[in-house]
Amino acid sequence: MDFNFTEEQTMLRDMVRKFVDKEIKPLAQQIDKEHNVDLVKSIFKKGSALGLYGTPFPEAYGGSGMGETGYAILIEELSRGCASTSVTIGAHIGLAGMSILIGGNEEQKKKYLSSIASGEKMGAYALTEPGAGSDAASLQLSAKEEGDDYILNGTKLWITNGDIADIIVVYGLTNPELKARGGITAFIVEAPSAGFSANRIEDKMGLRGSATAELVFENVRVPKENVLGKVGMGFAIAMETLDESRLSLAAACIGAAKEVLSMSVDFSKKRVAFKQAIASFQAIQFMIADMSAEIYQMESIVYRTAWLYDQGKKIPREGAICKLFCSEALDRIVDKAVQIHGGNGFMGEHPVERFYRDSRVNRIFEGTSEIQRMVIAEDVIKNGSD
Amino acid sequence: MFNILVFCEQRDGKIKRVALEALGAALSLTSDGDQVTAVLIGENIASQKETLVSGGADKIILVEALTLNTYSSEAYGRIVSDIAKKENASLILMSATAMGKDLGPKVSARLEGPFAGDCIKLTLDDEGKMTATRPIYGGKATSTVLSHQASFQVATLRPNVFSVHDQAATQDPQVENYSEIPDLSNLKAIIKEVVSTAGSKIELTEANIIVSGGRGVKGPEHFDIIEALAEALGGAVGASRAAVDAGWKPHSYQVGLTGKTVSPSLYIACGISGAIQHQAGMSSSKYIVAINKDPNAPIFKIANYGIVADLFEIVPLLTEAVKKMKNE
Amino acid sequence: MNIAACIKQVPATESKIRPSTDGKDIDRTGLSYVVNPYDEFGVEEGLKIKEQLGDGSVTAISIGGEKVAEALRTCLAVGSDQAIHIQDDAIEGSDGHAIARILAAALKKSDYDIIFFGRQAIDDDSGAIGIHVADLMGLPHVAGINKLEIIPDEKRAVANRQIEGATEVIEISLPAIFTCQKGLNEPRYASLPGIMKAKQKPMTVLSLSDLEISADSVDSSKAKTTVIKIESPPARSAGIIIEGSPSEAVAELIRLLREEAKVL
Repeated sequence: MDFNFTEEQTMLRDMVRKFVDKEIKPLAQQIDKEHNVDLVKSIFKKGSALGLYGTPFPEAYGGSGMGETGYAILIEELSRGCASTSVTIGAHIGLAGMSILIGGNEEQKKKYLSSIASGEKMGAYALTEPGAGSDAASLQLSAKEEGDDYILNGTKLWITNGDIADIIVVYGLTNPELKARGGITAFIVEAPSAGFSANRIEDKMGLRGSATAELVFENVRVPKENVLGKVGMGFAIAMETLDESRLSLAAACIGAAKEVLSMSVDFSKKRVAFKQAIASFQAIQFMIADMSAEIYQMESIVYRTAWLYDQGKKIPREGAICKLFCSEALDRIVDKAVQIHGGNGFMGEHPVERFYRDSRVNRIFEGTSEIQRMVIAEDVIKNGSD
Repeated sequence: MFNILVFCEQRDGKIKRVALEALGAALSLTSDGDQVTAVLIGENIASQKETLVSGGADKIILVEALTLNTYSSEAYGRIVSDIAKKENASLILMSATAMGKDLGPKVSARLEGPFAGDCIKLTLDDEGKMTATRPIYGGKATSTVLSHQASFQVATLRPNVFSVHDQAATQDPQVENYSEIPDLSNLKAIIKEVVSTAGSKIELTEANIIVSGGRGVKGPEHFDIIEALAEALGGAVGASRAAVDAGWKPHSYQVGLTGKTVSPSLYIACGISGAIQHQAGMSSSKYIVAINKDPNAPIFKIANYGIVADLFEIVPLLTEAVKKMKNE
Repeated sequence: MNIAACIKQVPATESKIRPSTDGKDIDRTGLSYVVNPYDEFGVEEGLKIKEQLGDGSVTAISIGGEKVAEALRTCLAVGSDQAIHIQDDAIEGSDGHAIARILAAALKKSDYDIIFFGRQAIDDDSGAIGIHVADLMGLPHVAGINKLEIIPDEKRAVANRQIEGATEVIEISLPAIFTCQKGLNEPRYASLPGIMKAKQKPMTVLSLSDLEISADSVDSSKAKTTVIKIESPPARSAGIIIEGSPSEAVAELIRLLREEAKVL
């Protein structure tokens, strides 16, 4: 057993941390206040020069082969700076890129995964629909075969990077009877495409600098060679991608949690009340202790699970546990952080207020906490408790 | 008997104040029978003898040559180390200015003696071995080093720390014109040009009063109110790393870790929160005034006097008040 | 151009520094280490020169224990071609002259045209090593450069350095040594492919005997100075907060500065 990062992993962490400190943190408040997706895009571009988006992918597709552990490190560090940026990059690598890695054939990986790994193209993943969120299997977007193409019609909702991506992995219904049991197919759609349009959704509680969009498909023609994997395999690809990406979402929670803990400690040492720094009060100390204890648990389960994934194990239960625990722990942590900051924490001027808002969605997207509990319970009941 | 050699830096034929500080430090280390020898290098410098005498020099060595008008590490290093050998100097002192920070290590390399840079405290024991205290880790700690050799010790002194001696000379010093100037025709590094940098005339590290601006100044266009206060006080302008990194002021203004370390009598921090990196560069100031909107800013923990208010309100009022005071 | 960058591994800039219990060193528990920021300017300048001229090699050189390999690997990850790690137990406690002698011996093994140092290491803040090495090797140097232009055909360079209130423009023949000041450049980040490649790049480990230096000529017994005490700087305590309207506060401040502090 070895719980140490390798030298490469440590160097990756140090490099991303430096990048975040210099290039992301100074802009994070502005990104949030102005809903400034352009700033996020400019950071995205700088990140591609550093080869960040190849972190988990094999070298054959322009990646660095640092696996899920490397990817978790990357996302954890990015999340210390700016959740909007982290989510943008997460959707690009962990949803779009991973879908192609999991489901794509050699040609698709060479063509699309490589350009995602280099950051030359930006990726998005379109599963959710107005009537299909947690219940993804009931998606309605239709995909009809016509000659050498499929014709897509329907709407996708709340798609991260939806209106700024060049490559979108779209899940559609090729056989309405079979639905999730072989009726859902994944397509690689290039944007722009005739009949495809995207509308930015601006009014969000958090992640205000990430581009969330509604995607409309009106007779969008997708060539058959852009069927990801095989026809009917879409739902399996979607679920396996989510297993992996839930883990990275949990890693994002660690970064945010560490950042607000560090802000809280700094603040409590500076802030004086009743002639003492508030850090000297037990009420504050206990909150700090609880935050720290939860962060230790988050780190422990996430990196253990990343290691399992890198050993080639499937992680449906473990990924869900990480996502469930870390998203809920983060909400408890940001809540304490705001409490420690008092009135300051309620003011938009202070970054802790942003972290509080950005945190909430983690219990919702990529499967709500309730869905995670269902996934976990089903697996435990079916496969035993060990 | 110890002979302490003091390299006295001059600019445009005028002895710098920091050189007199080095002389003052040398004088305070000596007792009866010891000697303080001032070394002055340059062109048309003989007129500066009086200054050196009242500064405490027992002996003055003038090294005059046209080619020595601008600094050369190679030439100055050779001359000072040759003189040190000839004079059998126990200790060679100079100020830790840009020149001293170069010359000190150069002379020490040639003499292969003990070296201590940027000292804030210096003593000699009975045998003439120095004990030097110097800031390390950008001022986050101090280190005291003991020398194991009583000859050819080199120490550079932090500006604004050592006192200038200013009593009338009791006896005429011995003045020597040093003539063994080495052949300088083949120097491998030559100063081609010295370009004055625009802005505050007084060098930060040597200034007695500094007014610094930070993030709270909000933009380069607002630095004029900082400059106005500095001018009214006859001080220099400084900046925090935040202001420098934002491009509001060039790096030469930066106070703190990776910038300059200053020890003025009065340091006025305007809109500077006082991160540990900034404190490292200015916490040895004699008096610190902090003007900041945020009552929790760490700068207030080290400031003698603090005003919790908008600098844009306070600084112009302060400038007016200083001007009024000076007119009275 | 054959370029060397001498680097030192130091505690990170934001580290909290406390004296150790014996008061002869700092307390090193929990410190994280980085490449001295001023040395990073040297590595970056080397890489820039190499890129501009389209050929050349950058060698990162450092002295120290096992851990120093990490700092050197960081230099390789940003683009240095190879690294030299001088490691020997006898070096513990050596003074600046000894360190300079060891570095000079290592540098003499290859014909470098340009050798970079940082203007100082942010741990001991001495700023002497680069200048010592230049003297030992008989090379010219410029200390604290913030601009450098290489004229390869004429084997010379023009360097700027900041002095009090002015900039010196210095012409210097190559080979030469430069110590680097902030403002010279903006060091790049390591790239991920760079990090992955770093392990494959050559890192030579040299001992004192490889450099033909006898251990007892550079060990702590030969040091010209010894650190006898490391202390925290005298703590400043918070003074007074001046209350009142802006004009009242300013008037009170002026009074305090004149009458109490006597600095006006």
